[in-house]
Order: sequence, then structure tokens, then C-alpha cells
Amino acid sequence: MPDSILNLRSLTRRFGPVTAVDGISLSVKRGEIFALLGSNGAGKTTTIKILTTMLPPSSGEASVAGYDVVSQATQVRRSMGYVPQAISVDGSLTGYENLVVSAKLYDVPRRERAERVAAALKLVDLEDAAGRLVRTYSGGMIRRLEIAQSTLHRPPVVFLDEPTIGLDPIARASIWQHVTRLRDEFGTTVFFTTHYMEEAEEFCDRIAIMHRGRISIVGTPEELKASVGSGDSTLDDVFVHHAGGVIETFTSGYRETSARRATARRLA
Amino acid sequence: MSTATHVHPLIGFAGKTLTITELELRKLRHDFTDVITRAIQPALWLLLFGSVFAQLRLVPAGDIPYRDFMAPGILAQGVLFTAIFYGIGIIWERDLGVAQKYLASPAPRTALVLGKALSASLRALIQTVFIYTLSVILGVHVDWHPTALLGVITVVIFGAALFSSFSFIIACLVKTRERFMGIGQILTMPLFFASNAIYPISLMPPWLQVLAHLNPLTYIVDALRALMLAHGTSHLGLPLDFAVIILTTLLVVWIGSRVYPRIVR
Repeated sequence: MPDSILNLRSLTRRFGPVTAVDGISLSVKRGEIFALLGSNGAGKTTTIKILTTMLPPSSGEASVAGYDVVSQATQVRRSMGYVPQAISVDGSLTGYENLVVSAKLYDVPRRERAERVAAALKLVDLEDAAGRLVRTYSGGMIRRLEIAQSTLHRPPVVFLDEPTIGLDPIARASIWQHVTRLRDEFGTTVFFTTHYMEEAEEFCDRIAIMHRGRISIVGTPEELKASVGSGDSTLDDVFVHHAGGVIETFTSGYRETSARRATARRLA
Repeated sequence: MSTATHVHPLIGFAGKTLTITELELRKLRHDFTDVITRAIQPALWLLLFGSVFAQLRLVPAGDIPYRDFMAPGILAQGVLFTAIFYGIGIIWERDLGVAQKYLASPAPRTALVLGKALSASLRALIQTVFIYTLSVILGVHVDWHPTALLGVITVVIFGAALFSSFSFIIACLVKTRERFMGIGQILTMPLFFASNAIYPISLMPPWLQVLAHLNPLTYIVDALRALMLAHGTSHLGLPLDFAVIILTTLLVVWIGSRVYPRIVR
């Protein structure tokens, strides 16, 4: 396991008759910012849920930082930070309290706790808002707090599931600035999902396009563009080419859509 | 790079359990109204129902006044009613995303469930103070012996942990608020009325007596009646009461930790 930190081998997850993730294989290098791109229902969230041990795979294997997501789930959880699509900080606590609770759950040693929490707040520029209840935060601030929270225990990998959903362009830019800072300061590997092409292109080392539970293509933004032929292709062309140009929504049922909108509303 | 600090598993477990409890208490401190409103219902039972039934003398309460007989039952009811809807919080946490945060952490699931259960216990203890105060005002003969008080505290802590974890299990299985509320309503009534909370089991038809003996609330009420009242007695025996209460609590917490991950799937 020299330099690849995530390894997925023939990973599959079925929900009844639906195969949400269909035998994907992938590896991500240490320190990479890696995007999993796809339309709603392509299987991105299911993939992230398997990698974060929230969901067992139906078949196939995956490892995070060398640990198997099924048999070594606790070690995987120690080695990762996770920012789910929905909001993972408590609105009825202050930003500071949220971070302290997380630090304790993640076994950050007592004597380092105060310093880590302070450093995390500084990393995401929330020092001034730390004493306020999180329910008074803006969407961008909430996401930044979540990023701080997910990195308190200095995990080698951070998973972000659609981190910029529901945010305005300025807040989105700020999120990416902080994610990039995370990688530059701590060498953290960042694995995120999105359906915003331009984000993936601007901030990622490599991109995988996912379509109907499968990986259509993996590569750097340049490689992806080159794959469709003509020199002046955009990632949109790549996406249409590899994702068939159809918006697939087979797993985006009523409940998921309503949850997605609720999250977007809370962050707005 | 990652900081896997090695602490003794048991200390780590206790630490995380208390972290969750502390978290719930911090939330409570930021919004205390919930505790107050929950204290009102048992107060109303004691005042309204208790007044009428004490007048009617319909229920043979033994050697003690009916109000005395009823007070421990209402304490147990308070524990049950607050704890049985506790699970809705976990559905709410799932919808928000906070549940994912806990489950993605390396904290043992049993510690997460137990931590939540204990926070329900602490809420129940606050309610206990309300009910004791009201009981004294109404002239209930309360046993103030420290051992008796300690016994009541223990029963309340376990009782609330038991029903809140039971509620937690249901929430993890049904997953939506609507279904959960429906099931919660359906369960509350038989749990309360098929118990010795407001009348002795001996008044019940035989089939209901069997159900009452399978109901953990019966053992909670029986223990509370022996411990809370100055002249209280236990019909089932305190050792049996405590054994049933503690073992059932451990069982539901364990089941709770097994079904918890389902909530985010």
C-alpha cells in the first residue's frame, strides 16, 4: 500500500432490484483531491456511504487507509473525516461545543483538545462565530464548521458528499479555498462528490465520472477532455459523452428529493 | 498522521457515553422549556385524576391513601411518557445529518445509545424533583431516608434508559416521524394501563394480569411504591424488581446499538 489510500475492487451495492453501485474499481492516491462526478442517482452517495462504513457493500471490497470497510470498520472511522450531504453539526449547540464533542468522540487527547479546536476554528475562519449557536450560522459557515469538525483528529482522508449543495457562488468558492488549504497544510486526501462540473475541473487532481452505478472514465481534467477528441472540449462535453447526456434519477425518489431540498433550504 | 490514542477500552467507552450525555445536557441548557412542559402532564394526572379517584375510593389501595398509592405510579408514568417518545429525536437527527456524524465516528455504538439513554434518565430525574415537590404539597407520605431516595433515583435512571432505548429501537426500525408517532401512541396506552401504575394488579382479569407481569413498567412501579412512600411495600419483591429492570435495560441498549446503523441506510 505505498501511495494509494483508497482502493475499491468490484464494489457493488444493490437495493432490492436496483443496483446502485455496479462493480466499480478505483484507487485514489495519498494527498489527491478526487471528485466523483455524476447526475443525481448515479450512485455517488451510495459509494461514499460504503466507504464511510455507513452501508455494507453487497459484494466486492473497499479499503480506506489500508483498512477494510467491513472487517475493520472502527479503524476506517478513525482514519477518515466525513461531511455527509445533510448537516452534521448540531444547530442547538455553539460551533465551539460541536467541535469539543467531536474531539472527544474521536479520542483527541485531552491536553491537545483546546489547541486542536482552536486550530480547526482558525482553519475555517470561524473564530469569531465560535460562541454562537450554529442555528444562527449561514449555510457557508455551517459547511465550514463541518469541515473543521471532520478534520479535528487529523484524518488522512476526508469524504465530502456534495459539499457545496445549496450554497451561493461566494460561499462555494470559500469552501473550496478551505478544502485546498486542508490538503496543502496536512496533506489530507479529499474525496468528494458533486454534480457541478466546473468545481471538479477547477479544484481536482483527478475525476471519475459515474453513470448508472458504473465508472465511465477516470483521469485528470485534461485527460478527460482529450478523451472526447477535439481540443476545445469542455468538461460538460465530457460529461454528456460519458454519462449519456441523460439525467438519471432512478434512486432519487420522493424521500431523497425532499431530504435534498430540506438540506439546501437549511443551508441557504 | 492520524492520532489513534490508546486509552483503556472501558475508560474510552465511559468517556464517550458521558460525552453523548453531556451533549444532550448542553442542548437542554440552551432550551429548557422542554423539561418544563413535560413536567406538566404528570402534575395534571396527580391533581385531576388523583383528586377524583381519591374522593371516589373505588380503588382498594391497601393501607395507604389513594393519593399515596398513585404518586409512585405517576412518577413511573412520567418516566414512561417522556422516554417513550425519545426516539423521535433520532429520526430528527437522521433527517438533519447529525446521526451520520455519530455513526461515522469511532465511538462504540453501545456508548452512543447508552449516552442517549442516560440523558433521558437525567431528564427523568428533573421530572422526579417536580413530582416529589407536588406530592409533598398534596400531602403524600414520602420516605426521605437516603437509601430510599437512592433507590428511587436508581429506578428512575434505569427506567428512563429502558424506555428511551426501546423508543430508540422503534425509531431505527420505522425511520419516519409519522409512523413513529403512531406506534408511540399505540404503545403508551397498554404499557401504562396494563401495569399497576394507578390500580393494583389484583383488580385485573387474569389475562391482563399475565400481560402486566410481562410489562417492565409494573416492576418499576412496584419498586417505586416500596421506595418512595413512607409505608410503602413491594408486592413482587425488590430483588426481582431490580433484576427485571436492570436486565431489560441492558437488553434494550444492546439491541439499540445493533439497530442504530439502520437509521442512516
